[in-house]
Amino acid sequence: MGGRVLLIEDEPNIIEAIRFILSRDGWAVDVHSDGATAIDAVARRSPDVIILDVMLPNRSGYDILADLRAAEGTRDLPVLMLTARGQKQDREMAERYGASRFMTKPFSNSDVLTSVRELVGS
Amino acid sequence: MPRSALTGSRIRERRVYLGLKQAALAERCGISPSYLNLIEHNRRRIGGKLLNRIAAALGVEPAALSEGADLVLLDALRSAADRAVPRAGPDAGEAARAEEFAGRFPGWARLIASQGRRIATLERTVELLNDRLTHDPFLSASLHDVLSTVTAIHSASGILADGGEIDSDWQARFHRNIFEDSARLAEASRGLVNYLDAGANTDRGIVAPPEELEAYLEARGHHVAAVEEGEPDIDALVEDPSLTSAGSRALAADHLRRARADARAMPLEAFGAALAELGPDPAALARHFSVDLGAVFRRIAALPQGVAPGPVGLVICDASGTLTFRRPVDGFPLPRFGAACPLLPLYLALTRPMAPVRAVVEQPGRDAKRFLTYAVCQTAGALGFDDPPIFEASMLILPAETVPIPEEAAIPVGTSCRICPRPGCAARREPTILSADG
Repeated sequence: MGGRVLLIEDEPNIIEAIRFILSRDGWAVDVHSDGATAIDAVARRSPDVIILDVMLPNRSGYDILADLRAAEGTRDLPVLMLTARGQKQDREMAERYGASRFMTKPFSNSDVLTSVRELVGS
Repeated sequence: MPRSALTGSRIRERRVYLGLKQAALAERCGISPSYLNLIEHNRRRIGGKLLNRIAAALGVEPAALSEGADLVLLDALRSAADRAVPRAGPDAGEAARAEEFAGRFPGWARLIASQGRRIATLERTVELLNDRLTHDPFLSASLHDVLSTVTAIHSASGILADGGEIDSDWQARFHRNIFEDSARLAEASRGLVNYLDAGANTDRGIVAPPEELEAYLEARGHHVAAVEEGEPDIDALVEDPSLTSAGSRALAADHLRRARADARAMPLEAFGAALAELGPDPAALARHFSVDLGAVFRRIAALPQGVAPGPVGLVICDASGTLTFRRPVDGFPLPRFGAACPLLPLYLALTRPMAPVRAVVEQPGRDAKRFLTYAVCQTAGALGFDDPPIFEASMLILPAETVPIPEEAAIPVGTSCRICPRPGCAARREPTILSADG
């Protein structure tokens, strides 16, 4: 397997770990850390799957997801949401905004890897 | 059952409590045991000298036998019933007999009322703490920081531990990341502990600031003499053990500064003289001192005993209808939490700013007390062109002990819907726990 992953996350050491795990599995990983320009980054990188953190500088992950779902070209793009809050309402909110999957921090490396593989495979 | 009709029950209750035989009490009071028996079963009404003799023999004030529980206790009992978990509390029939219960078992009634108040306070504390956990930006940011750092450590250590091939450069990077993140985690944890410790020391959260302010003022008879003259040190005045949080002290300081401004505009001696001449007529007093009505309401409610025209109540709410200040007066209880009776002239005033309202109101119950109320809604603070005006409504409550209540139709009001027995009230927003004859 392999493909292009866009990781939208602002925590450097989480970025480094996820980048390592996915790269070792054969994925090309691009990173973007600013919420305000995330949509431009998606257009520029054309990823196969996005890993999107909810709490980002300058713009919320939910707002970014809403824009992605409203645009023709990214309506069906697989998006794995990451959040530090795992309450029921957060999960429901992610579903309402159109997240393909929802994962709470701290997550296991294998869960991230499995999710990315399954999302692209689907 | 009317209050006076329960006199016999209270006599019996007190006699049994003291371990006195009916015959012994009858002899002390100079009546026959059979007559006392009729009195104790509420089949004979008594008053005057005989009531005084029985009260003296039982070691209580006659009013304790003839009047029974005070309205504050009854209100507290009804509030406790209202807050009870469904099924655990009394049904409507029993809830309506609060007065009889308080009359027969005053000690138990006080205990229930006190426990009810304590439960309400604790529930409020839980609500405050829950609000804090949910909405406190520092806590939210700190927890997010902790979780993010834990995630980074978890992922990096997972990579190192899973046995896969990692070259030495990557190994070194992940070791360094774990070291840095663990230091960051330690710092964030310390910060959280310090924050929570500081919160526990400076803001006990047990009582909300408005309640602490009310208790502070209540302990001083709602009159703080230091604000009457000179330049009082407000910060020193609010350094009081009863004001346990920074929020309470800030609220009390605001209150005292306002009281100071009112005292300057209406000096005590001049106000007492005007009151003696004009009576507790807020409009006349406002004209006399060229101040607004709200200031006069506050001044009347903050006078010392001897200058005050008698018992007075004052309630203030903001534009959302939330009560921001309460000085209840006997027979006119005001809810501690939640919304008050929507028929209060206070809310009528809120709907028409700057148009004063004068109305007679009547509390529910057989001994329905009538009160003269004055209410007005004014802007609080200075007006500006760029900010929305902040409105505040105030209502002065004058009982019959303070002013003659005009013989006019009274607005039937209550404390709050849940403990108001009035049937068919058009303003009711939720069912009552009391039956109609409560």
